[in-house]
Amino acid sequence: MADQQEILSGLAEIVNEETGLDPAEVQMDKSFTDDLDIDSLSMMTIVVNAEEKFGVRIPDDEVKNLATVGDAVGYIQSNQG
Amino acid sequence: MSERRVVVTGLGATTPLGGTIAETWEGILAGRSGAKPLPAEWLERYELPVHFACTIAQHPSEVLTKVEIRRMDPSAQYAVIAARAAMEDAGAPEVEPERLGVAVGTGIGGVWTLLDQWDILREKGPRRVFPLAVPMLMPNTAAGNVSLQLGARAGAHSTVSACASGAESMGTGYEMIRQGRADVVVAGGTEAAIHPLPFAGFSQMQALSTRNDDPAGASRPYDTGRDGFVMAEGAAVMVLEEYEHAKARGARIYAEFASIGMSADAHHITAPEPEGAGASRAMREAVERAGLSDRDIVHINAHATSTPVGDVAEANAVRRAFGAAADGMPVSATKSMTGHLLGAAGALEGLFTVLSVHHRVAPATTNLEDLDPKIDLDVIRGEHRSLPEGDVAALNNSFGFGGHNVALVITSV
Repeated sequence: MADQQEILSGLAEIVNEETGLDPAEVQMDKSFTDDLDIDSLSMMTIVVNAEEKFGVRIPDDEVKNLATVGDAVGYIQSNQG
Repeated sequence: MSERRVVVTGLGATTPLGGTIAETWEGILAGRSGAKPLPAEWLERYELPVHFACTIAQHPSEVLTKVEIRRMDPSAQYAVIAARAAMEDAGAPEVEPERLGVAVGTGIGGVWTLLDQWDILREKGPRRVFPLAVPMLMPNTAAGNVSLQLGARAGAHSTVSACASGAESMGTGYEMIRQGRADVVVAGGTEAAIHPLPFAGFSQMQALSTRNDDPAGASRPYDTGRDGFVMAEGAAVMVLEEYEHAKARGARIYAEFASIGMSADAHHITAPEPEGAGASRAMREAVERAGLSDRDIVHINAHATSTPVGDVAEANAVRRAFGAAADGMPVSATKSMTGHLLGAAGALEGLFTVLSVHHRVAPATTNLEDLDPKIDLDVIRGEHRSLPEGDVAALNNSFGFGGHNVALVITSV
C-alpha cells in the first residue's frame, strides 16, 4: 500500500507525463482545472493511468468530485488494494 | 478590386532527406537517396515483401516536446514542425489571426493512432483507449493542430485526394488569398503512414518496388527497370502571401504561385487513364489560368512515382497537353531520391518547384540508367539543368488514387 507521499509523487509523475507540468507544481491544495489547467480529456488519461499505477478503480461519476490533487490522493489512498 | 496575386515567402519541411527544407534541397542537389531499412522486427513478424522505405531523417522528438508527441499523431507532428519552420523562414510575418489561414492535406490521416488504439482496445479494453484517439486519427488532425499552434483563424482546411492532397491543399491556400479570405496561408501536406498495414496493402496492390537488394536504387522513375514506388513520409509546407502584403513588409519572395488546374479521370479507382486525357486537362487549365503560353514553361517537376504504368501515362499526358512544346520542358522526377510521400508528395514537390524557379536549377533524376522508350520527354539526368534567366514558369504535377489530377504553375517574380 502506498502512503500519501508516495501517491502524491506518483500522481505528479502521471500529470507531468500527460501535460509536461513540473511535478513540483502538483501539490495537495492545487485544483486540477483552475491551478493546473488540466482539461477534461487530460483528466481522463490521468485517472486511467492512476488506476493502473495504484490498482484502484475510479468510476467516471467519482471523477467530477476530484477537484484538487488532495481529493485524488485521498480517494486513491482509501480505495487502493 | 484588382486581382490579388499570391507569392511564396516561406518554406518548411521534414523529409527522408533532412529535418529542414535546406538539408532536403541539398540532398536533392547531391542526388542522395532517403531509403532506409524497415525495422527487422516488422519483417519477421509480418513477413513484409518489401524491406525498406524512405522514413524521415529527423525524429520529431528532436524538435517537439514529450507532451506534443503524446498528444499528436505523427502526421500532425510532422505538419507542425514544417509549419513552424515555414513561418520562421518567412520572417514570422505579423498578421491578424483572422487573416491567417491553414490548408494542410493528407492522403491517409492518423493511421498510426487508429491502429495503435485498436490494438489497445482489443488488448486492454475501452477504458484504456486514449481520450484524444479521435482528434488524433481524424484526417484534419494536422490542419487543426497547425491552426492551433499558429493561432490561425481565417479558416483551416484539409483537402484529401490521396497522393494529390498536398498539391491540392496549396491550391486551396492560393484560392483563400485570391478570394480575399486571408492574406497569409500556411499550406502543404503531411503523411505518416509507414505502418505495417498500409505497407501490406500497397504491397498487395503490387504498387511497391521490391528491389530489396538495392533500396537506394529502388525508386527509378522512367527507367526500364522500375517496378513500383518506394513509400516515404514527412511534411512540406509553404507560406503563401498576398503580393502587396509581402511587398509592404519587405519579405523575401521566392516565386509566385501563379495558378492551379484540376480534373478527375472517372476512369478507374487506382489506374491512371492511359492516354492522360484528364491529367492533360489539368495541366492545360493551369497554364491557361496563369495567362501563360506553352513556351513559358521551362521545367516540369513530374509526379513520376516509378510505377510501370503511371510514369508512361503521365508522359503521354504531358505530350497530349503541350505537343512539340514539351521538348522545351526538361523534367525532374525527384521521387527518385525522396520516395513517394503520398499526401505530402505534391507539397514537397511544390517546394522543389519553387526552389527550382528561385535558384534557376532543375535537379537531375537519379537511378535513370536506361530510359524507357515509351517516355517521350526530356528527362534531366546526370547533371542538373540550369533554367534560363528572365521570366520563367514551371509546372508541378500530382495525381492521386481516385483519379485526382492537380497541376500547379510557379513563376519567377
